[in-house]
Amino acid sequence: MKVKVISRSTDEFTRERSQDLQRVFRNFDPSLRSQEKAVEYVRALNAAKLDKIFARPFIGAMDGHRDSIKCMAKNPNYLKAIFSGSDDGDIRLWDMASRRTVCQFPGHQGAVQGLTVSTDGSILVSCGSDCTVRLWNVSDANLADSDNLSDNSAKPQAVYVWKNAFRAVDHQWDGDLFATAGAQVDIWNHNRSQPVNTFDWGSDTTISIRFNPGEPNILATSANDRSITLYDLRMSSPARKVIMRTKTNSIAWNPMEPMNFTAANEDCNCYSYDARKLEEAKCVHKDHVSAVMDIDFSPTGREFVTGSYDRTVRIFQYNGGHSREIYHTKRMQRVFCVKYSCDASYVISGSDDTNLRLWKAKASEQLGVVLPRERKKHEYLEAVKNRYKHLPEVKRIVRHRHLPKPVYKAANLRRTMIEAERRKEQRRKAHSAPGSIVTEPVRKRRIIKEVE
Amino acid sequence: MGAKKENSDDEMDEKVKKYLRGEAANLEGLKDKKLKGQLAVREDLYGKSAKTAAKIEKWLLPSEGGYLEAEGIEKTWRIKQESIAREVDILSSRNQYDIVLPELGPYSLDFTSNGRYMAAAGRKGHLAIVDMKTLNLIKEIQVRETVRDVAYLHNELFFAAAQKKYPYIYNRDGTELHCLKEHGAVLRLQFLKNHFLLASINKFGQLRYQDVTMGEMIGNFRTGLGRTDVMQVNPYNGVVALGHSSGTVTMWKPTSAVPLVKMLSHPGPVSSLAFHPNGHVMATSGRENKIKIWDLRKFEVIQTLPCHAKTLNFSQKGLLAAGTGSFIQILADFSGSQNYSSYMTHSMAKGYQVGKVLFRPYEDVLGIGHSMGWSSILIPGSGEPNFDSWVANPFETSKQRREKEVHSLLDKLPPETIMLDPTKVGTVRAAQKKEKPTKKEIEAEMEAAIETAKDTDFKKKTKGRNKPSKRATKRREMISRAKRPFLEQRTQEHETSRKKQKTEMPKSLQRFVRQKAT
Repeated sequence: MKVKVISRSTDEFTRERSQDLQRVFRNFDPSLRSQEKAVEYVRALNAAKLDKIFARPFIGAMDGHRDSIKCMAKNPNYLKAIFSGSDDGDIRLWDMASRRTVCQFPGHQGAVQGLTVSTDGSILVSCGSDCTVRLWNVSDANLADSDNLSDNSAKPQAVYVWKNAFRAVDHQWDGDLFATAGAQVDIWNHNRSQPVNTFDWGSDTTISIRFNPGEPNILATSANDRSITLYDLRMSSPARKVIMRTKTNSIAWNPMEPMNFTAANEDCNCYSYDARKLEEAKCVHKDHVSAVMDIDFSPTGREFVTGSYDRTVRIFQYNGGHSREIYHTKRMQRVFCVKYSCDASYVISGSDDTNLRLWKAKASEQLGVVLPRERKKHEYLEAVKNRYKHLPEVKRIVRHRHLPKPVYKAANLRRTMIEAERRKEQRRKAHSAPGSIVTEPVRKRRIIKEVE
Repeated sequence: MGAKKENSDDEMDEKVKKYLRGEAANLEGLKDKKLKGQLAVREDLYGKSAKTAAKIEKWLLPSEGGYLEAEGIEKTWRIKQESIAREVDILSSRNQYDIVLPELGPYSLDFTSNGRYMAAAGRKGHLAIVDMKTLNLIKEIQVRETVRDVAYLHNELFFAAAQKKYPYIYNRDGTELHCLKEHGAVLRLQFLKNHFLLASINKFGQLRYQDVTMGEMIGNFRTGLGRTDVMQVNPYNGVVALGHSSGTVTMWKPTSAVPLVKMLSHPGPVSSLAFHPNGHVMATSGRENKIKIWDLRKFEVIQTLPCHAKTLNFSQKGLLAAGTGSFIQILADFSGSQNYSSYMTHSMAKGYQVGKVLFRPYEDVLGIGHSMGWSSILIPGSGEPNFDSWVANPFETSKQRREKEVHSLLDKLPPETIMLDPTKVGTVRAAQKKEKPTKKEIEAEMEAAIETAKDTDFKKKTKGRNKPSKRATKRREMISRAKRPFLEQRTQEHETSRKKQKTEMPKSLQRFVRQKAT
C-alpha cells in the first residue's frame, strides 16, 4: 500500500526571525476563489470612488507677470524649469518646484510672441511684435549661478532686427537652425543676423510653426488663410498644404510617431493628421466649446494637452475622440498656452490672468516616491477599473466631472445644434433618391482641399 | 518519447483551459476596428497569463497532494485507519483521534476556512473551540441550553451557535456578543463568506439572511414547505439550498421571496445535501437509501448510488464523504467524468451515531461529529495541498488576520450579486424581443393620439388673426400630424408584405400578384 498524506512542517511555511519578511504562497487555481467577477466589480467600484476622492490636480499658480502670458518654452535638459513670455515683453524663467521666478530676461519692447529653447539647452530664442529676435544664453551653469538671487536679469546674447513682426518661433530638434513665423517663414542660424532662407506660399501671415521631432528638416506651419503647410528645408519650395474651413491656432508633432501631428483649430476641435496623407484627418478630437489655442504632446506620445479660449485645459488620448480630463479654475481666464512637462507628470498652462498654473497630468496620482507595493496596487486598481468601466455604476463615477456653468451650457447648446443638423441631414437623405446625398466623414468634412 | 511529450502537452492544455476561465470572446462580428484591436490584444494577454499560471502550477507549487494506492489484490476500501497511521509520519498520525464525550450529546462541527480552528457544539450545550494545529483547546463554555448548530463567521474570532430559542454570536473568549432575536429557533446556520451574510433556517421553515457587519436583516422568507434541517451553501455562487421533507430541493437568494430553483429529487424526504467546490455538482441523499449526483448546469442526475447517507460532504479535491449510523464511506471519482466509486470506508465503534461529517480545508483529514463526541480520520488525497496566502492561510499571524479582515470587508459583495450563474456579472443582458402590438392595439393608440390632438388648446390670437377658418385648418393639421406615423407604419407594412408576396411567387406569375385587402 502506498500512502501519502499532506503534512506541512511549520518552519517551511513561517518565517525564521522576526526581522524576516512573512512568507507568501500563491496558488492561482480558480477553484479556490469563488465569485471572482463580482469581487472584481466591487473593487472597480471602490477604485473609481477612491480615484475621485484623491483627484486634486491643481498644484499651484506661478504669479509674477504683469500681462497675459502668450508663450512658454521647455528646456529639455532641465526638468524643473519653464520659460514664459508675456504681452508686455517680460520673459521669465520659473522654477516649478518652488514656483518662483529664477531669472528675468527683459528687453522686448512689445509683446513676446514666441519662445523656444535649443535642444542642447544653451540658447533661448524669443521673438516679438517689435520685429526682433533675441537670443539669450541659458546654459545650466548660468542658471545655477542665478539660483540664489531671486530677481536676476540677464542680458541677451544677440538681438536681430528684421522687417516684420514675428508671430512664432521654433528650434530644430537636431540641428542649429531655428525658424520664425510672421509675414513669411524665415530660417535663421544662431550666428547670422539675417535669415538664411525664406519661404513664402500664400499671402497671409503664418501664426504658428513647429519642427518635426523625427526629421530635422521638416516643419509644419499654420497661417491665417486657414491652411496648414508642410515645408522641407532641403527643398527650396514648400512641400504640401491643406486648407481647412477654419484657422489652425497651433500644431504639435507626436514625439513618438513623428509622421503624425495634431492641429488645434478655431472650430473647437483638434485634428490629428498623418503628414503623408493630408486629405483626411486621422482623428477628430472634440470636446472644447470654444477655440483651441494651444496644444502640446506628452513625451510618451500617448496623450496631449490643449488649452482653449473657453478657460479650460483638457487632456486627450492621442487616438481618442473625447477628452480624458478637464481642468478649470474660477481664477483661470482664457488659456493661451499649455505645455506638458518633460517627465509626463505635469501640465503647465499659461493664461490671460497673468498666471502660470501647474497641474498634475493624472489627477489622482500620488506624487513623490511611490513604494513598489503601492505602485503595484495602483496599477491593479487602474486595470480593474478599466475592465469594468463600461458598466453603468462605474461609468457614472469615472465619467463625472464638474464643469463650470458657462462651459456646461455651451456644450449642451453645441450638442443640440449638432444633433439638429444631423437629424436634418438624415431626413434629407431619407426623402431623396438613394445615393444623391453623400455624407462625408467628419474627418474629411472640415478640409477644403489639399494643394501640392 | 514522442507519446510522453504528447501526454505532457495535453496535460498543459488542460491546465491552460482551467486558467482561461471559459471561451475566448468571438471578435468576428465587431465592426468597431479600434475596439476589436484592443480586445484582440487583451485576449492575447489572457492566453499568455493562463500559460504562465499553468507552468507555475506544474513547477513552482511547494506541496504535492496526498494519495492512497493499493498494491496487489488489496482494495483501497478495505484499508483501515490503523494501517494508514503506521505508514504515515508522526505529525499526520496525530490528526487521527477520537474524543469521547458521551454525556453532552451529538456533536456538530465547523472549521474556519483555513482549516486551523474548529468549533464543536454538543447538543446539551457544550461549545468548544480547538486549535487544530496544536490540538489545543482554546475555550469551552457550557451554555446550559440545547445547541443545534454552530457556524464560524469570517474568522476564528467569531462564531454563531443556534441555541434553543435564538442564535447567539460568541467571541473567541466565549463572551456572548449578540443575541439574534429575529431569527427564532434556528435549526441550521450557514455563513456566506464573500457577502458576510448569516443564513438561518428555523423551526417554522423561515429562511433569514442577516448581514453580520452592520446587523441589517437582508431577507426574511417563508419557504412554505415546512420544517427542515437540511441547508447548505453553494460556495461557487452563494445560493442557499434547502432540502425538504417532500423530496424537493429549493435554492434561494436573498433578494427574492420566491426560490430560484425547485427540483424534485427524491420520493421521500431529503436527508442531506452537499455541494462540490466547483459549484456544478451536487449530491443529495434521501430516505430510500440512494445518493443522487446532480449536474447543476442542466439540473440532471449524473449518477445514482445505492448508499445510505444521513450526512454528506465534499472535500476540496472532490471526494464525497457519506455517513450513516456508525459507518462512513468515502466516494471518489477517479476518471474525472463524475463516476463515483468507493474509495475508503471507516467503521466506528458500535453505538456511535454519525451526526455530521466535514472535511478539514487544506488537510487530508475528515472531521466526524457523532453522538459520543467527535473524531478525526485521515483520508489521503482529500485536501488541497497548496494554499494561497491571500485566500486562506493556515499559518496566519494575528497581524495578517487583521489585514485580511479589513481587505475582505472592503471586498464585501452586495447581496444582489448572488445568482445561479456568477459569471454573468459584467456581461450584456440579451435584448428582450418585444412582441409586435396587435392591430387592435395600434388602432387604440391612433385613436388616443387623435384625441389628444383634438384636445389641444390654441393660443387666442388678436388683431383679426383669430379667424374661425384658420382655427379649423390648424386643428385639422394637428390631427393629420398625429395620424401620420401610424399611416406611415401601415404603408411600410403593406410594402413589406407585398414584397414578400412577390418574392414567394415564381417569376412568371409575379405580374398577377394582387395586393390582398387587409
